[in-house]
Amino acid sequence: MITMLDRWQFAVTTVYHFLFVPVSIGLALLVAVMQTLAYRRKDEEWDALARFFGKLFVINFALGIATGIVQEFQFGMNWSNYSVFVGNIFGAPLAIEGLLAFFMESTFLGLWLFGRGRLSARLHLATIWLVSIGTILSALFILAANAWMQHPVGYKVVGNRAELTDFWALLANSTLWAEFSHTFLAAITTGGMVVLGVSAWKLLRRHETAAFARAARLAAAVSLVAVIGVMVTGDLQARLMDEQQPMKMAAAEALYDTQSGASFSILTVGNLSGNPIFQVRVPHLLSLIADMSWNGSVSGIHQIQAHEAATYGPASYVPVIWLSYWSFRLMIGFGVVILAVAIWALVLARRKRLDRSRWFLWASLLAIGAPFLANTFGWIFTEAGRQPWVVNGLMRTDQAISPTVGAGSVALTLAGFTVLYTVLGVIEVMLMSRYARHPLHEDEADSSGSASTPALVY
Amino acid sequence: MTPVVSLATLWFVLIAVLWTGYFFLEGFDFGVGILTPFLARDDLDRRMCINTIGPTWDANEVWLLVAGGATFAAFPVWYATMFSGFYLALFLLLFGLIIRGVSLEYRGKEHAAAWRAWWDRALFVGSLIPALLWGVAFTDLVHGLQIGSGFHYTGGFFGLLQPVALVGGVAGLALFSLHGAVFLSLKTSGELAGRARAAARLLVVPTAVLVTALVLWAGLDGRGGPVPHRIPATIPWTLGAVAVVAVGVGGIGLWRERDGWTFAATGSAIVALTAAAFTSLFPRVMVSTATGRSLTVWNASSAHETLLVMSVVAAIFTPLVLAYQAWSYWVFRGRITRPPVPDLHS
Ligand code: HDD
Ligand code: HEM
Ligand code: HEM
Repeated sequence: MITMLDRWQFAVTTVYHFLFVPVSIGLALLVAVMQTLAYRRKDEEWDALARFFGKLFVINFALGIATGIVQEFQFGMNWSNYSVFVGNIFGAPLAIEGLLAFFMESTFLGLWLFGRGRLSARLHLATIWLVSIGTILSALFILAANAWMQHPVGYKVVGNRAELTDFWALLANSTLWAEFSHTFLAAITTGGMVVLGVSAWKLLRRHETAAFARAARLAAAVSLVAVIGVMVTGDLQARLMDEQQPMKMAAAEALYDTQSGASFSILTVGNLSGNPIFQVRVPHLLSLIADMSWNGSVSGIHQIQAHEAATYGPASYVPVIWLSYWSFRLMIGFGVVILAVAIWALVLARRKRLDRSRWFLWASLLAIGAPFLANTFGWIFTEAGRQPWVVNGLMRTDQAISPTVGAGSVALTLAGFTVLYTVLGVIEVMLMSRYARHPLHEDEADSSGSASTPALVY
Repeated sequence: MTPVVSLATLWFVLIAVLWTGYFFLEGFDFGVGILTPFLARDDLDRRMCINTIGPTWDANEVWLLVAGGATFAAFPVWYATMFSGFYLALFLLLFGLIIRGVSLEYRGKEHAAAWRAWWDRALFVGSLIPALLWGVAFTDLVHGLQIGSGFHYTGGFFGLLQPVALVGGVAGLALFSLHGAVFLSLKTSGELAGRARAAARLLVVPTAVLVTALVLWAGLDGRGGPVPHRIPATIPWTLGAVAVVAVGVGGIGLWRERDGWTFAATGSAIVALTAAAFTSLFPRVMVSTATGRSLTVWNASSAHETLLVMSVVAAIFTPLVLAYQAWSYWVFRGRITRPPVPDLHS
């Protein structure tokens, strides 16, 4: 019961945090690119676009920060046994993230926001690049912590805790690099789709069409490259997963018995107990994904369960199958939607019609939701598929909670965060959509401070 | 037990430094948030107040995040016991920090008066809550809490609200408000700066009284039983006295209108008080009211490898971080003046 509440709280706060995170990572980079184009070519229009998307970036960043603090505190608050067990290992990347990445992001964001006019154009450009690098470093280090939970390396268990034996192993973890490249590219995809969608909205309303057609082309190109990268790295992850977390792979496919040349089901009607009413299957695809071979063998849930029970003692080691099965498919499905939009954009761009096809522009606008859904389902799959483990093979989730925090307290804070986050979410969406409607050249007066009278940005 | 001079001790010191930096920097951010409704006469005034901290508040908050992360890594047991023990208090704190951060970024994004008025309220409440709670929390750590077996805190939410801790909370609130008022008098100009100075004058005597009360009460009534390697009591006592004197010096500075040194004085008071707390803690990190149950630098710390890695990383990056953060304060130096042209955006 209390474990369920703790899990719900973690899921709510973390999924919420990760709505903002990819936008921050993606937009920081895209705004930096736009500002670089403006600087290099002395181009007014790119400059205006950089400012316009910069505002959306800042509105989003504010909630990324606000929800990030909760992330950092809740390990100790709700998962104190976990914190004691993993602190030696997990704490280090978290602390390093703060020192290396958060200081960098926040300091240079302040300088970028307020520094226009006080810093030279070059230095001002450098600050947004540093913000972007900061967001990427932050992703790297937090994922080092997360990858260790998926695939623990460089440690030994002493008494009631895991101790670090090799920090490099932590950073060289194969799971980390697969996870980082996938997540980073997913973030770039998200940023690209947001810029594309907002530009499409502007083009539909015939606002500043020349500028936004440019932004749309840039965003479409970025999204296309990034989403292909996401798929390649996703496949890489699947292969690692088959090796490191076979149960997650089996659950993802609801594959009950070990099979060679296993097929992949695209969708299933009925239940996932092994006797579906209707299924669409692609022959051999699962073996290809998991093993890179036509007739590779993929382990089934029953076999892995028997093996884990023999290793760790009798208990169920099977995650919630439907959740794994569907979250995996939905992530990929939304990825395919993004790919389709991006390819459509490429075709239209070659015919120089990207900014005029109303069908395409509407599709881009609607597709803004796709990367958010894919990201969310991706994390739900990664984290829920690891259950009942919180640290794979070392600690179960129900052993990880804070023993002294009562169910009432957790329920109270869960309700509190949910209400607060809902209100803030509504405000942010409202603000974002109002800002997206603003003309490009606005609020110029606001940012024109001089050394003696600093700009009143707020 | 590891020797007194060890990496664990080094990390105790570094974490103390991080908290000190946090209280010094966010101290005035909180003060500005609390005082803005009282000092500002119109929207332009409010925007001037908020702009004094606008470019730097987030980087100041990161001091807290790094202190938290460093505690997790270097003293997992401390992190676990403190964060789960202070559960509901921390929820309130997070609530405050969230609405404060969002209000700073969102208030100026719309021109409607009602929009801004709501965010002004959020800024006030969101600054008041942490300014009050940090004093409570730190007094609790030093004064002692019910810590049971397995280093679990068992006192519940109301166990945190012991009388001495409430004094600590109010003293902290007063000190942060004073520090914020002085910061505003240093960073703004004209009438607004004058009003900030007047507010500081009003705050200085109550602050001195409260800080004195805190130092005496917490100092005289220390619990937790004898512990080897404690720092001689004269040191925290001296630091406590320095804090009180510094507030007094700030008072003199205020009457002489020397904003620079007044700010240095209130800042020193915060530094000295935080140092007093940590020197009276050492080698404990959380004092238990039951003998032998306190968390210490030894029983709460990580193993050698973790501490070593963190030390190397900190040695390389801390100077860099300090340098660019100082540079950002340098870029935004100078007072904010009221724009001569009528403001189109209010
Ligand atoms: C893949 C990327 C990623 C992931 C998985 C997480 N975060 Fe995050 N986080 C970021 C990427 C990020 C970021 C891009 O750096 C943010 C988002 C927007 C922002 O303001 O910075 C951020 C902000 C942010 C902040 C505020 C920093 C500031 O004040 O500047 C904190 C304290 C955390 N995060 C902590 C966490 C923790 C403890 C997580 C683990 C559960 C976590 N984040 C997951
Ligand atoms: C930001 C992206 C992330 C998302 C969206 C996410 C999502 C989730 C979800 C949905 C769960 C609940 C799974 C379940 O209970 O079935 C969970 C569990 C958990 N995750 Fe993540 N996660 C993310 C990143 C991380 C990271 C980076 C860490 C560690 C650094 C982490 C640590 C944990 C822990 C400790 C749990 C255990 C609690 C639980 O089982 O519910 N997560 N996460
Ligand atoms: C063909 C397409 C894709 C494949 C094969 C794929 C594969 C995977 C796999 C196997 C995982 C789980 C890794 C693990 O648990 O160890 C994962 C996680 C994830 N996916 Fe995907 N994915 C695809 C598309 C996408 C898209 C389009 C997005 C978002 C734009 C996305 C975002 C994520 C995220 C955020 C995670 C969680 C973080 C992580 O574990 O890396 N994925 N993906």
